[in-house]
This record gives sequence, structure tokens and C-alpha cells, in this order.
Amino acid sequence: MQYRRPSPRMWLARQTVLGLTSLLLLAILGVSGALLWGVPGGLAGIGVSLAFAVTSWLVERGRYRSWGYLERDEDLVVKRGLLFRRLTVVPFGRMQFVDVTAGPVDRLYDLATVQLHTAAAATDARIPGLRSADAAQLRDRLATLGEARTSGL
Amino acid sequence: MPPGSSQAPALAGTWCRLHPLSPVVRIGVTLGAALVAGVSWVSGDHSSSGRTVDTLVVAALAVIGVAAAVVSWLVTRWRVVGDELQVDTGLVYRQSLRFPLRRVQAVDVVAPLTARMLGLAEVRIVSAGTGHHQHGRLAYLSNQDAAAVRAQLLALAHGLAAETPEPPAFPLFRVENGRLIAASLLRGTWLLVLVVIAVGATVAAVDPAGAAGTVRQGGTEAATSLISALATGLLALGLDVARSVNGDFDFTIGQAPDGLRLHRGLLQKRHETIPYGRIQAVRLIQPLLWRPFGWARVELDVARQPEARHQGEARQLAHLLAPVATLDQARWLVAQVAPGAPATLARAGAPPRRAWYRAPLSYHYLSAWHDDRWLVTQTGRVRPATVIVPLEKVQSIRLSSGPLLRALHLADLRIDTAGRRWVAAALCRDADEATALVHQLGDLAWRARRLSW
Repeated sequence: MQYRRPSPRMWLARQTVLGLTSLLLLAILGVSGALLWGVPGGLAGIGVSLAFAVTSWLVERGRYRSWGYLERDEDLVVKRGLLFRRLTVVPFGRMQFVDVTAGPVDRLYDLATVQLHTAAAATDARIPGLRSADAAQLRDRLATLGEARTSGL
Repeated sequence: MPPGSSQAPALAGTWCRLHPLSPVVRIGVTLGAALVAGVSWVSGDHSSSGRTVDTLVVAALAVIGVAAAVVSWLVTRWRVVGDELQVDTGLVYRQSLRFPLRRVQAVDVVAPLTARMLGLAEVRIVSAGTGHHQHGRLAYLSNQDAAAVRAQLLALAHGLAAETPEPPAFPLFRVENGRLIAASLLRGTWLLVLVVIAVGATVAAVDPAGAAGTVRQGGTEAATSLISALATGLLALGLDVARSVNGDFDFTIGQAPDGLRLHRGLLQKRHETIPYGRIQAVRLIQPLLWRPFGWARVELDVARQPEARHQGEARQLAHLLAPVATLDQARWLVAQVAPGAPATLARAGAPPRRAWYRAPLSYHYLSAWHDDRWLVTQTGRVRPATVIVPLEKVQSIRLSSGPLLRALHLADLRIDTAGRRWVAAALCRDADEATALVHQLGDLAWRARRLSW
């Protein structure tokens, strides 16, 4: 069975956030470096922020690629993480509720995060970066499946 | 509610108030404290005008307290209709609470000292909700009514007719108070106290050797502050010991057809009933200082709010199967509530040898075992803990691995239940085995769930 992946737009959204923070960092480090130590300081500041941007870009790309989810007959499997890999299995019958959230950047790209909640506090089943329509569809499908298979505590 | 009637009218569906003496109990403790504080305050060295003001303030506070308790009693009504407990309360913010009894996780009857003196008790209904009022509280009812309410709630929770009389319980296990006190005194905190004493002694020993007078003085000051810190620590420790002895005194478990009955308490008596099939997990702990004596503690978990607001409350909420027992007794008790599951694991279920690099200290205790009904895992070094989870209660399964674990081709497996925060953790398993186990456990849990329904 093939894991389904978040929408490629999620990568765009992540890059946007990363780009904005990098630009901010570049401005702060570049200007403060230039003010304190002149041209070499400014260049060093730019260099540091560029190095940060490149590393974060690589890490973010890895993280983005690591997300995956799989709907099976009786449960939902979510995997994530680059350095610390995690795989969570939630039986449909155990879902208490499903919630869909979207932050400002997510909304810009028409994305949403679907989160599953069970009666256990430690459960962390979250699928980010789904197209809003897909997220709503998944939410409804999960809710229906959960209802059909629900079992008491 | 006329005393002596065999059944409270509230159980038959009539709205009723709580026992008329409830406000007395509710304000008893606070009022007592306020009076003591007030008297000591007033009798202190004050000018006469200041004294009058203080007296007035104390009197006003007392009147407000009494009024609040009386009003709260006046506006609270309860009844049982069908299979629902209904409580209406609140003067300014009205609250209508409904507890579906088929979802009751446990029923507790709690009698604090003041309530006991008046022959009253509080009934607490534990449900799995996460709201602010997760517990249905009826404070207070007469002992008779409390027992009747408990019997009826449990009968309804089991889907029986409300009139079903409370089945008799036969005693399963009791804890000797001597051992309880001894075990309460054997706490890990002593080690901390020893460290503090050692540091203090070193400072004091080094001090005379110090040549300069300033150094000497500094050393003595440090020793004094250490001693005062030690005294505070000992006081806190003493209170903690007293609280746990008070809470678990005369601990007995009975087995009744409708669930496990726990009785405990010295000043405050608690009677807890946990229906069968509501147990989310069982945990067996062997604290460091208990191990030479071969003692263990067995705890039960039922579904409830994940985090309690106060530490003290969390402590009270933990259902104990035994505050202290010998390992054999503990194993036997576990067998009573989890038939077929081992309470301690053999080395056969240990992770591969290379796991030692990841967990050199706890490797000795790491182990996991499962059949088609139970999953048992063992973790910890200072406080080895065995967690036993019925597979039908599994909420989610998590597999995780960090860089080091991956380099060793290992993975951690965690199984969540609806209980408080215990997670059955099978740590440092072989990666392939763990992946296979995730799917296998998922299937087994699904099958167990279907069978239990």
C-alpha cells in the first residue's frame, strides 16, 4: 500500500515562511554587522543568514518529504519526522473527534491541517498540508468511519 | 429526604436537595480555619481600633462563607431519571449537568472527617469527559442514601434494573497498616536528604580548616542555611508520609459482581467502586528502597481527564490496587484483574543486546510481552514499572526512532490508552520486529475490541 502525501502546496507554504524569516534574519544580521564592523561585518552577517537559510531549507524539505498517511480498513496510519521518525496508528473506532485547522499562511495557499483526537492525551495523529477541500473530505470520511466503528471506553 | 426511607425519592425521579447538613460540612473546615486565624489575629498586639476592624473583617468573611454554602445548598438539586443523573446547580451561573450512567467509569463515596461526624458522605461519579466538571459530585448525602445511590448508579452502569440490590462483596486483599507505614517512610526523598546532610557535613568539616576568618564565617552561614533547608525538607517529607498513610490506612479490596470495591482512609474514608471492563491499565511499580524488602505497589487506571489541576488531586484520583504488597501478592492481585497476563516479565522478552548502548542503565529491566488479550511492558531503572494494557482498550500505537536508535536498527513502541498518562512502552525493540508488531498489535486490538462487544 502506498502512503498518501500532503499537497505540494505545503512545500510552497513552508518555503514562503522560510523565505520570509530568512529575509528578516538577513536584514537584521546584515545591517547590525555592517553597523558594528563595517563592510566585512555586513558580509559575515549575510553569510551566516544564508547558511541558516540553506540548512533550514534542506531540513524543511526532508521534513516535508517525510509526511505520509495511509487509510486502511480499520485504522489510519500517519508517519512523519526526518531525524526523529514517528509512526502513529489510530483505529477508526477510537477517534473521539477530528478537527481541521488552518493558519494564515496555510489559508493563503488554501491548505489545512487535519488532527485526530482519541481519548488518550498522548495520541499525536496530525496530517498537515492538505488542500482545504481534501481536508474537509478526509474529515467527513474519518468522522463517518469513526461513527460506524466506534466502541466504548 | 426523610432518614430511614429505603430509597431516596431523588432516585425515583423527584428533584431533591442534598442533605440539609451539607453546608455545615462544607463550611466546617474553612470556618474552623478562619476562626483560628481570626482569634490569633485579634488576640495579637494591635491597637483597639485596629482590633475592631479586624474582628469585623473576620466576621464579614465568616458570614459570606456561611451564606455562600447555604445558597449553594439551596440552589442545588439532583435526581436520577431513566439512566441519567441530573444535577442543577449555581445561583448566578446556572449549570445543568447530565451524566449518562452507562458511561460511568467509577463511583466513589468519600467521607471527610467533618462529614463522618455528621453521618454524611459525598458521592463522586467519574466519567471520561474532559470538561471542568468531569466529576458528578453529590456533596453531601446521608450514609444510607450515599450507599443506595452508589448501588443504583452501578446497577444502571451495568445495564441492570435500578432496583437491583447491591451485590455483596467478598474480601480479596487487605494491607497491613504496619507495612503501609514502613513503606511510606521508605521514600526516595531520603536519598536527597542524605545528600544534603553529606554536603552540610563536608562544609562543616572543611570550615575549621579555613584559615581566614571571613571564609570561616561564610562556611558557618552556609551550614546554617543548609540546616534550615533540611528542616523544611523534612517537614514537607513528614507531611507527605502522613498524607499517604492517612489516605491508604486500612486498605481493603473486595470483589463484587459489579466491580472491585476499594476501602481506605484514616480520617477521610473513601469507598471506591470500579466496574469491571473499565480498567484501562494496571501498573506494578517497585521503588528503589522497597526492592530489598520485595515490596511493590499496584495501581489501576480508568479513563478520565488527562491532567488533574492539582498534584494532590492527581494523587487522590489514582486508583490503587495495593499501596504496598509483597511481589507474590502483587502478582496474584494482577492475576485477579488481568487474568492471563504476567505481572513481571522474564528476560525472554528483552530487546536485543545492542539496545544496551541506548539504555545502559535500564536495559536490565526492559522487556515486552503480548498475547491476543494483553500487552505487558517493563521499563525503568530506579523505579522499574510494569504496565499491563488490555488490547481492547488501545487508543493508538506509536512507533518512533531517533538517530541513535536508527543507527542501532532499533525503535521505540508506545501504546496509549484512555487512562491518565501511563503509556505502555516497549523500548529499544528491533526495528523490523517493532514494525511488524505495530501491525500485529493493531489487528489484535481490533479483534479484541470486536470480541468485547
